[in-house]
Amino acid sequence: MGCIELMEYEILLSDTTYKEGREFIKRNFKAVYEVEPGYKLFDVYLIGIPPILIGVEDGYVIFPYVKPCHGTFVLKIKDGEDIGRLIKKKKKVG
Amino acid sequence: MNKKALLLLGCPEVPVQTGIALYLASRLKNAGLDIFVAGTDSALDLLKVSDPNGCYLDVEKLISLDTCIESLAEKRVDFDFCSVFVHNDAGISYLATIKSISHAKLSAIIFGKDADALAGQIDLDCEKLVARSVHNPIPLKKKVDDLIKEVERWAVSN
Repeated sequence: MGCIELMEYEILLSDTTYKEGREFIKRNFKAVYEVEPGYKLFDVYLIGIPPILIGVEDGYVIFPYVKPCHGTFVLKIKDGEDIGRLIKKKKKVG
Repeated sequence: MNKKALLLLGCPEVPVQTGIALYLASRLKNAGLDIFVAGTDSALDLLKVSDPNGCYLDVEKLISLDTCIESLAEKRVDFDFCSVFVHNDAGISYLATIKSISHAKLSAIIFGKDADALAGQIDLDCEKLVARSVHNPIPLKKKVDDLIKEVERWAVSN
């Protein structure tokens, strides 16, 4: 998991499919942004089928995290800097 | 300068992956391509143990998945040809990511017990090699042989 492993994170959904993870983010968060695969969030480059959706809520980012042997996780991590970058540059879809 | 090929491996839980990866690497190497392989630590260790003398792969061209994705996303590297090994949902996500961040001629090697269902979920533009191989590599090897013929033609004409 790289640096994410060292951060304080909450797992909202685990060992699911990528599409289910995307639907979960779309359904449960009001502010949702679209990014492309390879988008850098914290110190990881996001893996996924476009469009990759990232939710924003109360200073947290909610995003899909794909592990080769364990499928997709939806993680929630507190952040400030990356949220600002998302809001400025990426298309809001929700 | 030789064309560069990337084999992007998935979780090594399906036995045929390592054998087919070495076979494909060998055939592509014979076709004149430089072979790079990206995978999890375990997937790469399986290759190293299976090829102790480096007959098929150069150990310096085995790279972690994270490093590979980072280098492609940051546009520090690209490949001419890429085969992504897909036997689970995560494999489809890696395939879509490579399609998005690389200009490589792309093929998906889709295998394992869910191969047909996984292939049906892939609607991006790439060559698909599909076989329900888990332990027996021969059905997948036959598909790889067909792919190699095409790659050899492509390598000569590009």
